[in-house]
Amino acid sequence: MNFSLNEVQLMLADSIEKFVANDYDFEQRQKYSDSETGYSKQVWQTFAELGWTAVPFSEDDGGFDGGPVDMMVVMERVGRGLVVEPYLANIVLAGGVLKRAASPAQKEKWLQPMMAGELQCALAFFEAQARYDINNVETTARQDGDAWILNGNKGYVLNGGNAELIIVPARTSGDPANEAGIALFAVASDADGISIRDYATIDGQRAAEISLQDVSALELIGDADDGYAVLKAAVDDATLAICAEAVGIMTVLTEKTIEYAKSRVQFGVPISSFQALQHRMVDMYTACEQSRSLMMWAAMTCADDPAAINALKYQIGKAGKQVGEEAVQIHGGMGVTWELDVAHYFKRLTAIRHMFGSADWHLDKLAS
Amino acid sequence: MNVTFSAEEVAFRKEVRDYFENEFPQDILRMQNEGVPLQPEDLIRWHKAVNEKGWLAENWPVEYGGTGWSPVQKYIFAEERARANAPPVLAFGVNMVGPIIYTYGNEEQKRRFLPDILQTNVWWCQGYSEPGAGSDLASLKTRADLRGDHYVINGTKTWTTLGQFADWIFCLVRTNSDVARRQEGISFILVDMKTPGVSIKPIVLLDGEHEVNEIHFDNVEVPVENLVGEEGKGWTYGKVLLQHERTNIAGVARSKFRLSRLRSRAQKSVRGAAPLAEDRNFMRGISAAEVELKALEYTELRKLASVAAGKAPGPESSILKVAGTELLQAIDCLEMEAAGYYGLAYVRDQFVLDLPDEERVGDTNQATAALNYFNNRKQSIFGGSNEIQKNIIAKHVLGL
Ligand SMILES: Cc1cc2nc3c(=O)[nH]c(=O)nc-3n(C[C@H](O)[C@H](O)[C@H](O)COP(=O)(O)OP(=O)(O)OC[C@H]3O[C@@H](n4cnc5c(N)ncnc54)[C@H](O)[C@@H]3O)c2cc1C
Repeated sequence: MNFSLNEVQLMLADSIEKFVANDYDFEQRQKYSDSETGYSKQVWQTFAELGWTAVPFSEDDGGFDGGPVDMMVVMERVGRGLVVEPYLANIVLAGGVLKRAASPAQKEKWLQPMMAGELQCALAFFEAQARYDINNVETTARQDGDAWILNGNKGYVLNGGNAELIIVPARTSGDPANEAGIALFAVASDADGISIRDYATIDGQRAAEISLQDVSALELIGDADDGYAVLKAAVDDATLAICAEAVGIMTVLTEKTIEYAKSRVQFGVPISSFQALQHRMVDMYTACEQSRSLMMWAAMTCADDPAAINALKYQIGKAGKQVGEEAVQIHGGMGVTWELDVAHYFKRLTAIRHMFGSADWHLDKLAS
Repeated sequence: MNVTFSAEEVAFRKEVRDYFENEFPQDILRMQNEGVPLQPEDLIRWHKAVNEKGWLAENWPVEYGGTGWSPVQKYIFAEERARANAPPVLAFGVNMVGPIIYTYGNEEQKRRFLPDILQTNVWWCQGYSEPGAGSDLASLKTRADLRGDHYVINGTKTWTTLGQFADWIFCLVRTNSDVARRQEGISFILVDMKTPGVSIKPIVLLDGEHEVNEIHFDNVEVPVENLVGEEGKGWTYGKVLLQHERTNIAGVARSKFRLSRLRSRAQKSVRGAAPLAEDRNFMRGISAAEVELKALEYTELRKLASVAAGKAPGPESSILKVAGTELLQAIDCLEMEAAGYYGLAYVRDQFVLDLPDEERVGDTNQATAALNYFNNRKQSIFGGSNEIQKNIIAKHVLGL
């Protein structure tokens, strides 16, 4: 039995940790988040240069050949640094589709530039009526000669305002909830008939509402009615990724809360001396460790058993709520200020809780 | 045992309901319903309107312009106000400093301050907490040194809610450091915010709103006549007030309104999605909160009955604060669940009146869900944190 990282993974972990420690403090992060694009192009370029954008792609595709454990290593550190650069949207979501379904020519056109940090991408996995069911797709695609014409609306498209290439799941046949009949299309963000409303999200990131009116897709990616499996696999990857990010965040929040409690004096003693708070910090710590264990298990087994992702997201949903809320509460008034990073970790954790399925939603999947 | 309302009480409820449906400024209600933040002028306007009706100072004795309502009437009023989704009264003037002034102030102070509080001509804020004195309020350090006919105040107050709009601040200050119990050196004093040496710095909360402030006092000269009651008695006055705050903090009526709104919204399809009522987990969540609410409501009613029978609100009211804020935070979470992805959008410029839903990112309820959830984390922190409330219950109720 071995829970330690291999040498390559350790190097990967180390390089991201060093970057966060030296070049990505909270103030920087806030500046990037507040900027026009919501992230730093320069930082993104660094990600590409250091090879982090290549992690989940095969060597044939010019990648690092990383699996779920490698993704876990990256995302846990992304969480610790509260990184806002669009790693999830590009590398995990759009990349998750491209690596599985794109033709060699398409990879050359989109995957390679994306890995090089030169092309921003997004995957439009959500529609307003769908809640968390990614098979619920009302956007339609009809063939017109060689072209595919798309109509419909996508919501909460992460990185949608920055993306030049948007991967759009659309229905080629079947009822809105069918798994069959979904295809994945590459759409240029400046195509005729597309309108994109970019907005900030509560966790300092960006998303967009996208409407498509007779938009001609650039190309079909993969099969014309069997895109669902690819979409699901990419969203599963992303779910594991944000769970690892959450573990990073929960760890930071627990550490910061302990540190704060030790330094904050009320009634002539550090508040950490109150047993009422001690037990709560123990519970936070326990929740982190339990989550970390489950994350490792899920990273090791999800390739064979995707239900591990449901179990993990359920755990993260519960633990994230607990750890986030407790961190704020134990910080007292300071915990609800914009100025302190704690609130921003809490907000990201909250967003994660509500992305790709709530705890209840995932528990339902396990139960059925 | 019975909890039916008398004919008079039923008639009173009807009168209040009519008022909110017809007389209360309807644009304020629309702003509330559409999640549009109220500006100071809006707040002042509706406070003045309610006062014209004679219903602003629920707790005040009639002689000072209060309603003279029974606890049951107050309860009915709170319920009807929440039902209309009308905003709660801004507490600092009418519910906090007002009662202190008419209880402990002298005749001159009553004449000088009470009418302006009632008419909302003066905006008050509360200067208790300090950077080093939160839960341990008695450790406050802001000093007021007597120099002839005035005090000189030095120190820092913080978390001052809406202090940026305030004309006056009521403060707990230290007038004597040479006392056996720290509490004994604390006095209650009123300070005009325009006095030289008062400066204010904004504190933005996690939802991005400038809601609280840090206020510095640098050799601020305040005339002795602004001291309320006796020197060194401020702590006692403040504590009475806190207990007052605590009885109103259960928020039963508001939670009832929000849960019923959530239940009826769950029947509808929002933006094409299947009605949430089809999601058993979600409906179980609502039902569980409703059970909590019923328990809380009856705990409060029992409390009301005993206060009506002449007993003072005791430390037991701390359980109302704990259970009440836990419930309201649970409702925040249900609203977040209901909102799904659209609860995560942070589009602050869409909170304007009459914006068509198609132009919003998420409908109004979705768009405000996360902001409420975040902002309401304060509910278990301020007004005596829930941990402090539990300490009070442990010590003063259970005798531990
Ligand atoms: C949004 C907001 C508005 C506010 N408005 C005002 C205002 O208008 N005027 C004003 O004067 N104040 C105001 N306050 C201040 C508020 O009353 C304080 O925040 C509160 O008293 C807690 O103090 P603190 O923030 O310093 O936390 P701390 O006292 O430092 O507490 C930190 C944590 O330790 C816990 N803790 C402390 N002591 C104990 C103990 N003995 N046992 C167990 N746990 C303990 C607390 O419960 C909390 O979880 C406001 C606060 C907020 C957040």
